[in-house]
Amino acid sequence: MSASGESFAQLPVAPKPPVRRFHQARWDEPIIFELSQPGRRGVAVPEPGAPAVELPESVRRERAPKLPEMSQPHVLRHYLRLSQENLGFDLNIDVGQGTCTMKYSPKVNDGFAKAIADLHPRQPEDSVQGVLEIYARMESMLAEISGMSRVSLQPGSGSAAIYANIAMIRAYHAANGEGHRDQVITTIFSHPSNAACAKTAGYEVITLMPNADGQPDIEALRAAVGPRTAALMITNPEDTGIFNPRIKEFVDLVHSVGGLACYDQANANGILGITRARDAGFDLCHFNLHKTFSTPHMCGGPAAGASGVSEALAPFLPGPVVEAHDGRFILKYPEKSVGKIRPFLGVTQNIVRAYAWIMALGGDGLRTVAETAALNNNYLMHKILQIPGASAPWGRRRIEQARYSWQQLSEETGVHSEEIGVRAADFGVHYWTSHHPYLVPEPFTLEPTESYSKEDLDEYAAILAHVAEEARRDPEFVKGAPYNQTVHKIDMTSLDDPDQWAPTWRAYVRKHLSGKG
Amino acid sequence: MTHPYIPNAEPGVRAEMLAAVGAESVEEFYADIPADLRLARPLNLPEPFVSEPDLVRHMEGLLAKNQRALSFLGHGAYAHYVPAVCDEVNTRSEFLTAYAGEPYEDHGRFQALFEYVSMMGELLEMDVVNVPTYDGFQAAGTAIRMACRYTGRNRVLVHSAISADLMSKLRDFLSHDIDIVTGAAGTEVEVDDSFAAIFVETPDVFGRVETRGRELADLAHAHGALLVVSTDPISLGVLAPPAAYGADIVCGDIQSLGMHPSYGGGHAGYIATHDHQPLVAEFPSRLFGIAPTKVPGEYGFGDVYYDRTSFAHREEGKEWVGTASALWGITAGVYLALMGPQGMKELGETVLARTRYAMDALGAHVTVLHGGDVHFREFAIEVPSARELLDGLRERDIFGGVALDDRTVLVCVTECHSIDDIDRLAAAVKEVLA
Amino acid sequence: MFTVGLVVNPVAGLGGAVGLKGSDGADVQREARARGAAPRSGERAAVAVRTLLSRRPDARIVTVPGAMGEHSVSAPHDLVRHQPRAATTSSDTRAAVAALAGVDLLLFAGGDGTARDVLDAVSGLATAPPVLGIPAGVKVYSGCFALSPATAGFVAAAFDGTTTPAEVVDLDEDLYRRGAVSPRLYGSLAVPAVRAALSGRKTGSSATSEGTVEGIAREAVAKMRPGTRYVLGPGATTMAVGRELGLSTTLLGVDVVERGGAGFGGVGGIVAGADVSEAELFALVSGGPAALVLSVIGGQGFVLGRGNQQVSPRVVDAVRDGGGELIVLATQQKLAALGGRPLLADTGDEETDTKLSGHVRVITGYRESTIYRICPASKEFSS
Repeated sequence: MSASGESFAQLPVAPKPPVRRFHQARWDEPIIFELSQPGRRGVAVPEPGAPAVELPESVRRERAPKLPEMSQPHVLRHYLRLSQENLGFDLNIDVGQGTCTMKYSPKVNDGFAKAIADLHPRQPEDSVQGVLEIYARMESMLAEISGMSRVSLQPGSGSAAIYANIAMIRAYHAANGEGHRDQVITTIFSHPSNAACAKTAGYEVITLMPNADGQPDIEALRAAVGPRTAALMITNPEDTGIFNPRIKEFVDLVHSVGGLACYDQANANGILGITRARDAGFDLCHFNLHKTFSTPHMCGGPAAGASGVSEALAPFLPGPVVEAHDGRFILKYPEKSVGKIRPFLGVTQNIVRAYAWIMALGGDGLRTVAETAALNNNYLMHKILQIPGASAPWGRRRIEQARYSWQQLSEETGVHSEEIGVRAADFGVHYWTSHHPYLVPEPFTLEPTESYSKEDLDEYAAILAHVAEEARRDPEFVKGAPYNQTVHKIDMTSLDDPDQWAPTWRAYVRKHLSGKG
Repeated sequence: MTHPYIPNAEPGVRAEMLAAVGAESVEEFYADIPADLRLARPLNLPEPFVSEPDLVRHMEGLLAKNQRALSFLGHGAYAHYVPAVCDEVNTRSEFLTAYAGEPYEDHGRFQALFEYVSMMGELLEMDVVNVPTYDGFQAAGTAIRMACRYTGRNRVLVHSAISADLMSKLRDFLSHDIDIVTGAAGTEVEVDDSFAAIFVETPDVFGRVETRGRELADLAHAHGALLVVSTDPISLGVLAPPAAYGADIVCGDIQSLGMHPSYGGGHAGYIATHDHQPLVAEFPSRLFGIAPTKVPGEYGFGDVYYDRTSFAHREEGKEWVGTASALWGITAGVYLALMGPQGMKELGETVLARTRYAMDALGAHVTVLHGGDVHFREFAIEVPSARELLDGLRERDIFGGVALDDRTVLVCVTECHSIDDIDRLAAAVKEVLA
Repeated sequence: MFTVGLVVNPVAGLGGAVGLKGSDGADVQREARARGAAPRSGERAAVAVRTLLSRRPDARIVTVPGAMGEHSVSAPHDLVRHQPRAATTSSDTRAAVAALAGVDLLLFAGGDGTARDVLDAVSGLATAPPVLGIPAGVKVYSGCFALSPATAGFVAAAFDGTTTPAEVVDLDEDLYRRGAVSPRLYGSLAVPAVRAALSGRKTGSSATSEGTVEGIAREAVAKMRPGTRYVLGPGATTMAVGRELGLSTTLLGVDVVERGGAGFGGVGGIVAGADVSEAELFALVSGGPAALVLSVIGGQGFVLGRGNQQVSPRVVDAVRDGGGELIVLATQQKLAALGGRPLLADTGDEETDTKLSGHVRVITGYRESTIYRICPASKEFSS
């Protein structure tokens, strides 16, 4: 349009186009080893100030490690460039990483986390009363939210909390002389870590498939339970966003054969203050503090998990737990503790953040969180279902998230859900399909938590509508995406070939650069 | 009032959205939840502090109850110096609030983690290092499971003196199907062809550096077993990487590499092996690798051998993959890049020298255990009463160490302790015991 | 040079739109045309070819004249001599496939019937080319078809020579028209191995949820008791069970095996009967404890009565009388594809089918199973 010399300095500025003209940062940054120059360094180390220790040959390092040698501003610049080439929640409408509950992690809470950075976990109890009080208060708040008697904040993530729950289930049955119970029952729309953790702990896993309505089949559960049943591990609402209305019957059925019921509350964001695990009869449950309770996802951890248990399971909690004693807080090992799930008391900086988040909201606030998450989800579903080629199976209301399908669009265009996701990122958003196996064909899972505005949801839906339109007009263009990212389309084939794969720079140098000038 | 964290709680927009979806109220979204499971009352939680200054005041009140002192605490968490650039990078919103995007819009995360594993690979002299798992405990448990799956055996010899906490974790994680044998101190190491691995930790719980690594590797290999070594990578600027004496799997915690102790929140675990496909197949965690893109000169990244769990024949004791400690991996990468080879060497020399200096300084007043061994960062002293010593030091504003039992105290020295700090500890110990 | 052959069954899909549930045979095709059906397979093949050439312009298309190929290719292409008759038949498809034998990849447009013809034709060739189906028929239950014509084009363009076996199943159309779906396994074809797209993974994801055929076989063998005879139905999964026992069993036949004692380095076993008839099978399971190990045939969920008619009502009764169980083998993915519909039994005897109905254990991986509903086929299709 603009031949040189043609004026573009016209006001008013033209309106924005319907979808954002995003481009991710592209610094074309080398691998850090390529920035190294011998003799440079990024930090200085204190001189010993004492006589050097002569090491025996058997333990002495012979060759210096080939770490990069860089000055401090260059290390900083390299990593800041990499950080810009990353899309955090704070920068995007992050509704597309369904099941992950991407929500705002208040900045003020980061300051509280920093305030405990220098506390050592072996400090005497009387010197960490502030931290222990936060643990104790947090435990009682989560007990109220779940209806459980006690809560351990030790697990480092949701999956670690699932594992802690399995460990307690195993210890509970063993203590009752029921160690023969070797089967765990779960459902296909529960998080796969339920099955995986149970297998790690030595259990045989029975996974219930959904019936034609997308619900776990209670008749199948009836056929599955028996004297070998150790526990039911179930998510509700499942990853489809559908709440299982017969959940109490599921729990009762498992109890009737002497099994325990364990509630994966990873998807609790839409039901805070609405319904509680213990009220449905569950013996154990867990929360992901980095999902529902707002601690940042940190590129995949450190996170924090919370394991809640009924009175009967409390003696088996991981140790130590915090207890109030004469107005002081002390650490104590439960009587029949399963022991350590991770070092020390937990991922403390995240416990502090989550505590502050609840304290900024209170009981009414949590309920507003849940209701708004459900409203946002049903509103977004309403928008998505207007896109030709998109659908949501089973056609019912959802709680906090929904699993959709591009089956029709894919059949018509040959473009797959994964490819639509990669193209959607060209507009500055994330998008996730589903766990495997895909029960919903060509799936995508959206979870618009309470943190998003109506305008955000409209924009996200508009982006997907735009990409779907592109897929119809020019499927190849969509398949060739991305175009506006740090890098272009990646060929992943070498990553499965032992002769070619390079899981570190030294492997890359050895396999691909040695002897090549 | 519309809560500042919840934009659509504003009544006008709420009504507009309800109308758009054709719902009378949000209750319609909860139609599937039976009435008897509904919580019929408000949650009984403390009154909130909705305004930020009120919240800060509340939190500061709680946090002010924590106390600091000159600390010689270690035993699993270490107060090494954290360079300011580490905190600058890991508090960036782009990293702090990201999760699991694709290697396009989250290229930076992939590259930063690839660089972290690559720098660990140089330090360890191994070609395969995982994206961090939860912590060193988990890394040790998984490394032993990998050895068991790889060898098809289910017995491990824990050769070194390890902490009670690590042993607790190993028992919980392994003992339902793996037999844990502990070597009695001072006896000959005995293994046979039923062992999957010899597990060594160096420095051990007393800070002693294992000097018989090569011998243990040869012994393990003679019986078709693997040598699994847990080590703190901060020591490897001066100490030989376990691969140099024949270790097959190396694991440990990276908290020392740029993470604050954070009352137990600074941990992340690493696992490393050589580039030996059958062993790589047993990693339960993610591995990132370089892959080409459409454009020459661009580095792309992706998951190496992603489907390996389904290729691995031994599916017994499979493990889960989940959110673990990625940001600490990125941070440890920043740390290693800042330190470089020279910094790691000097840090190791300083820690070795100050540890020895502290042993000598305290040895003038108390019995130092294992005084003849090489120590890195930690050593134990024997005193009439651990409790009384530590309480006495506390009165002098010193966290003097960790009581391992009634009479044994573990003392930790890092590059952050000046010679004056150590002299102050020695003087205080003398005073308390007097 | 990447050479792609194209064969179109121009009458595939003809019957579907007019409710004829298939297009096999000249009478049906005549009837379909009389009802106003128009062929659509040529058009679908054209979509696939266009997609292929846009992704890989250097590919050379080789096809046969007329509606069996040439009409679907607008780009430059090579023709091989082959003169189809006006009304194409199975033999035309087979002859065309034979004429195109030298290609790097053979695309064919049609349905399950066409796939069977292709299977027949390539089985007779000294070196069989890899093939890929463009879905254009009424019945598309075989694993050798791409999801859509466009996908077929993309997969063909990305083909790097790596193949994987895919099952060919077909239904008896006469029965299908009467309301019964009766898939039968005919064999397997080499198709391009499509590497699962690496996107869509999140950190919070355990990579352990998908069972493999090997894992299923290991679990099935782990559950076997010495002294019990196990009836292995047709299929690749049951064949893997044989392999796990160190045995060579048949893909299409019914075999009877026993496991050896527990021992270090594999359990071992014996084949008590290979590719047995109904009478042989009855004799083998009547003597002592026995169990049925069956996989799911085709996309409709059939476990009994399709391709394993040897497992007759009296065989089922004999197994059940001996206290034996029915063990079904299927990946979670295969069950997922049923969309919540039950597994089906159709032994030909309503009473036997009814006795089997209820919930059955399905092994989905090593130490992984599910409990799944099974019901008589007559009941499922009677509504």
